[in-house]
Amino acid sequence: MPLLEIKNLSISFFDGKAEVKAVDDISLVIEEGETMAIVGESGSGKSVTALSLTRLIPSPPAKSLGGVILFRGHDVLKMNERELQDLRGGRIAYVFQEPSTSLNPVYTVRSQIAEAIELHRKDVADVDGEIVRLLELVGIRDPQQRMRDYPHQLSGGMQQRVMIAMALACKPDLLVADEPTTALDVTIQAQIIDLLKDLKRKLGMAILLITHNFAIIQGIAENVAVMYQGKIVEKGPAERILRNPEHPYTQALIACIPKLGHRQKRLKTIEDFGLAGNFMGPE
Amino acid sequence: MMKKDPPSIGMRQRVWKEFSSNKAAVISAGFLALLGAVALIFFIFGVAGIGWPYDPTEPALELKLMPPDAYHWLGTDNLGRDVLTRLLYGAYVSLTIGFLAVSVSMTIGVVVGALAGYWRSWIDGVLMRTVDAIMCFPTFFLILTVVAILGPSIWNIIIVIGLVSWTGTARLVRAEFLSLRENQYVYAARALGQSHLRMMFQHILPNAMAPILVTAVLGIPDAILTEAGLSFLGFGVKPPQPTWGNIISDGKIYILDAWWLILFPGVAILITTLAFYLAGDGLRESTNIKKTGK
Repeated sequence: MPLLEIKNLSISFFDGKAEVKAVDDISLVIEEGETMAIVGESGSGKSVTALSLTRLIPSPPAKSLGGVILFRGHDVLKMNERELQDLRGGRIAYVFQEPSTSLNPVYTVRSQIAEAIELHRKDVADVDGEIVRLLELVGIRDPQQRMRDYPHQLSGGMQQRVMIAMALACKPDLLVADEPTTALDVTIQAQIIDLLKDLKRKLGMAILLITHNFAIIQGIAENVAVMYQGKIVEKGPAERILRNPEHPYTQALIACIPKLGHRQKRLKTIEDFGLAGNFMGPE
Repeated sequence: MMKKDPPSIGMRQRVWKEFSSNKAAVISAGFLALLGAVALIFFIFGVAGIGWPYDPTEPALELKLMPPDAYHWLGTDNLGRDVLTRLLYGAYVSLTIGFLAVSVSMTIGVVVGALAGYWRSWIDGVLMRTVDAIMCFPTFFLILTVVAILGPSIWNIIIVIGLVSWTGTARLVRAEFLSLRENQYVYAARALGQSHLRMMFQHILPNAMAPILVTAVLGIPDAILTEAGLSFLGFGVKPPQPTWGNIISDGKIYILDAWWLILFPGVAILITTLAFYLAGDGLRESTNIKKTGK
């Protein structure tokens, strides 16, 4: 049985009268320990897909969910609030885009990680010891000292490491990293991606990496799904897609990655490959 | 990574630093602390317990309506009781009513505002229309009516003031919740599997604490004034138990012969409410996140 199986998932928002389809009939399978990347531009439905895995989509705006999301064979869309609270954090943990706003400003790092531990792992006796271990795991130096800090005392990269430590605190089976590096500068991006690779090797959990940036999935994702206008237009092994993309949209996205030593008058954008909406062909 | 550790200054130290630089607020807070301590001592030990020479309720008719002198610093009233003793004793009643009435109104206001701001939709609609409806009543006459029906005990007054003055707090808390609930850390807490109750009161509420605290401090003088008004009209705490309101009420018929009977309790009310307002203002300034550069 796969860890996560999405079958024909559709998500719509109702904004007044008009219905907007954010996700349109997508299917996806994530095996235990696998790293899957969903790549797409803003508004392609990738974040909504990630949030829907534990039914986290804020409503209002009113929404409708169709299809099936099976986590180890249990249908997430049929779960009650209690079961969802166990699933969230405990089985599927999230790391979000903005580390600076993802931590509660009035609590110390210690109390926020402790909260995650107490929520899903009541058996842990030495909470402080566990926090130190987690902070060391995500590469924070001097964890004894840092855990007494408030979020505003940490840099963006450190905040994101703390967020990852919080996510790991519950020993999830699937870590959903929703644009984990977008708000960070380039050198820190590389550090965070290296950290995720490292954690994947050490802990063996599955990772769902949501990004708009093809450059960062190299060497971390085994499989890639490319989303465009709410649909998955191409999926397959990362290496194959990076080397030999089939769908014109994927080709365009990959061509947009700036390359070193490649003289170009100006960097390519998606618009250079035809108008938005043209990739789907006649409908 | 040779960055020096930033000095670990928590929220509390920063607020304190800002607050302590505001002289008026510090003096006000000091005065209120002193007043509170004196009122508490009088209440716990009674006049006999601390060797105080006068009794706040026992009449001594041979001493009636004496102007301030070396023995009775603030004079005596129409029954010969020492005005200073009655004022200090009355401070206990006024402060108790102020604090407890505000506690009642804050509790209701925070819960109603949190529910409305967090859940929105029809819950928000029902709760906020209720608030609008309550706000339509002239508050003082509502209190007056209820006290007239229930009888004027100190507890009834506390509860009634609390029950009619929570609407402003509810609106404030709702507004705070409406903006705070959109923060990423609320989603992050939800993604961690937190229950709605803990998200409301453990994650959102502490972030709204600063304005709530300020409202609470500014609510206390309002409650004290309301009680004084009720007592003045004879609907407050029953004599011989002294409160600042009923000392003035008892003294008002002697206004031309014994000015000290209404001047001193009036000044006490003035200074105390002013101190609460100044301290509250100082608190608002020092907890203003934008100003402290957070």
